[in-house]
Amino acid sequence: MSRLNKIFSQISKQEKRIALYCAIAFAIIATLPLFDQGFYLSISVNIVMYIVLCTAWSLFSGPTHYISLATAAFYGIGTYVVAIGIKDIPYPVLLVMAAIVSGGIAGIVGLATLRLSGVYFVVFTLGLSELIRQIVTWVQTNFSGSSGLYVFTDIREMHVFWQLLGLAVIVYIVGWLINRSRLGFAMQIIGNDETVAKHLGINTAISKILLFMISGAIIGVVGAIMAPRFSYVTPPSAFNPIISFQVVIMALLGGTKRLWGPLLGVIPFTILFDQVGVYFPDQTSIVIGVAFMAIVYLLPNGVLGLIETIKQKFTSSTKKEDPT
Amino acid sequence: MTQPILSVNKLTKNFGGLIAVNDISFQVKKGELMGLIGPNGSGKTTMLNLISGAFKPSTGQINLESTDITNQAAHMIARHGVARTFQLVRILPSLTALQNVIAGCVYGHVKLWGEDAQQKAEALLHRVGLAEHINTPTDSLTYIDQKRLELARALAANPRLLLLDEWLAGLNPSELNIGIQLISDLRDEGTSIIMVEHVMDAIRQLCDHCVVMSSGIKIADGSVDDVLSDPEVIRAYLGDEHA
Amino acid sequence: MSFIINGLLLGGTYALIAVGLTLQYGVARIMNLANGENLVFACFMAFWLYTAFAINPILGIVIIAPMAFVINWLIYSYAMRPLVNRSKTSGQLEVNSILATFGLLFILKGLMKFSFGGGYFTYNYLAEGISIFGHNYGLNRVVAFIAAAVIAGTLYLFLNYTRYGTAIRAVAVNPTSASLVAINVPRASAFAFALGGALTAASGALLSSFYTFHADMGMDFTMKALVIVIMAGVGDVRGAVLAALMLGLTETAIATFVDPGLTAAGTYGLFILVLLFRPQGIFGRSNS
Repeated sequence: MSRLNKIFSQISKQEKRIALYCAIAFAIIATLPLFDQGFYLSISVNIVMYIVLCTAWSLFSGPTHYISLATAAFYGIGTYVVAIGIKDIPYPVLLVMAAIVSGGIAGIVGLATLRLSGVYFVVFTLGLSELIRQIVTWVQTNFSGSSGLYVFTDIREMHVFWQLLGLAVIVYIVGWLINRSRLGFAMQIIGNDETVAKHLGINTAISKILLFMISGAIIGVVGAIMAPRFSYVTPPSAFNPIISFQVVIMALLGGTKRLWGPLLGVIPFTILFDQVGVYFPDQTSIVIGVAFMAIVYLLPNGVLGLIETIKQKFTSSTKKEDPT
Repeated sequence: MTQPILSVNKLTKNFGGLIAVNDISFQVKKGELMGLIGPNGSGKTTMLNLISGAFKPSTGQINLESTDITNQAAHMIARHGVARTFQLVRILPSLTALQNVIAGCVYGHVKLWGEDAQQKAEALLHRVGLAEHINTPTDSLTYIDQKRLELARALAANPRLLLLDEWLAGLNPSELNIGIQLISDLRDEGTSIIMVEHVMDAIRQLCDHCVVMSSGIKIADGSVDDVLSDPEVIRAYLGDEHA
Repeated sequence: MSFIINGLLLGGTYALIAVGLTLQYGVARIMNLANGENLVFACFMAFWLYTAFAINPILGIVIIAPMAFVINWLIYSYAMRPLVNRSKTSGQLEVNSILATFGLLFILKGLMKFSFGGGYFTYNYLAEGISIFGHNYGLNRVVAFIAAAVIAGTLYLFLNYTRYGTAIRAVAVNPTSASLVAINVPRASAFAFALGGALTAASGALLSSFYTFHADMGMDFTMKALVIVIMAGVGDVRGAVLAALMLGLTETAIATFVDPGLTAAGTYGLFILVLLFRPQGIFGRSNS
């Protein structure tokens, strides 16, 4: 039957097969550090990081169409949780704390802003990152007399890679579970028509806040995992607003209607941004600008939308030949 | 005498200076089909919006049986068992017909999930005559089919009170007969309904009792024949010279 | 007390930026997040005119503002109108215009960095003191304030006492009804967008005469303008002027009494408070 009605289906054989393939793929990818510890590992860390960030971002922004620029805020909070606590608290506990603090702040922001219209939400989330960054800078320079914090650990690049890969697996499983859940269905309804959603008995505010918190918590953990890679954490590096913009671009260029959509934007763009950063460091801004334009004028539904349109055209043209 | 399913008590709603609903009281008995009629702009839809929680009343009280729902949020009122359709039909375009109906029985008065929800939704699609459209993309449904779908979605919640906002408007004569029959069946099954409607045939055929509003005020309340022959009502609809 | 006058002087320039943004958002329905880049571009233009041709920034406005008007008209016609036509709901238009103007923001910023570099720029125009109530203030600040006041006053007269100004206000209230009374809504929108851009550019020219600017600061000014617009209530020109003066005062007060490093935090803090407690604006009327 139609795949659109699959929300209640048992886990099908096909899905089991896909899960198996994914597991194998992840296992193969996980061996990467055995072959290379230099450039390829480093760019793979970036790719996996953006996969997690963009997928987490899309969990919330995909169905609600709220463009969140709070990625840098949650990421920076995660980084700072580790930077502050690394001397006294075991690292795994810090990861959990990062999730709780980021998720909690996402909850507060959600409570305050999700009743606002789209523009205000965008600007609010951007402002939030800037506000937190300024306050952290101010506190550091006035009370600790330094401009940053050292993060000394024996965590190396490959450990960061494995952690991010593990987190990616978790994000995909969480996303898949949400899509099959009442919450995921509620988000679909809200994305269609929020008024109807309310009159069907959906607490739209709580649903959105819950999803924003899940998304924020995951992004916080990414920041925490990346902290050891910084070795010296400063507010401009932890709360870098460019991350927020890049996540929006990659996720939208990939497409947010499927869980794996952002992947299609992340891989080419991480490589592109990396190359631009190396060869044309002053032109990053123009590339970001052009990418935004491309989203709006060329690929409004992302690469994913393009693929699905082509697929549809293909199936409808084959249907035409079939005289039924 | 059983308790009315809905009692509205001295309800007022003003938007800035405009009083859209002015000190209105009425009751709907269990299993009754009440018509809420009146000229355009008389505040009927605002009344439905107040009952369903889309707006908060300025003063007054609304009780659903013994529950005070006056200041509750729309989703809470839905959970208490008030379901509605919209004046301009509102389906969920990216979902299939079946999913549209399922949406009605997951979060509201009825909380089903999985196989149960699917079965209930399928049964309701049969009920409203959309059996063959279970997997049709909703944007290719005709207008009456969209209205049927919206009704099925509202019914999915097993509503204690169903609010129909001009559900029959815009249907052609043959569709209208189908629609009237459908509502008539619902009434016969004992569903309590408030129906905002302009189609006089439907009101005569269906309503047990009518409330007439004009400029936010209740001008008549009683049996259909009584209110339709009330000079005040005729004046509101047709102007002074006809009264 | 000098911080009050300093704050008001700063607020005068902010007012023009915010009025520019409120015209673009309130009438043309485009939240132009690249408005700050527009301002920075005008700063560079004024700098160039002054250093290369000795044209002072007040006079420079006569060149810069019409240029910005034309550029913004073109941006609206070729980049924004397709979005307006394509978007089925106001929500879609909002998302599309946010993304498109983000694109514009980064492209303009990139071009300016490419052309002028990432350094800080300043020039000396009327950099002498003037005494007001026994305190010394930069003459350039005072002149910029007066110029801003003249421009804002002219705009106010235009919007309230001319036919076309009334038409623009009508579009701001309700585009559908405006088109019913034979107002050419697409043209009025393009005009408002262009006029908004011209006002912002004028404020950029004024700002450059007393403010050290750089290619990266556009976003900060867009944020300031947004805070003002939201505080005032979207589309409210008089409110925007008042809110701008309030923001100028707040910033100067924070810089004077707390810490100059926290001025931007103050802006955002104010913004968050307004959004939480009066999302319809301090002077805006509640819709419900």
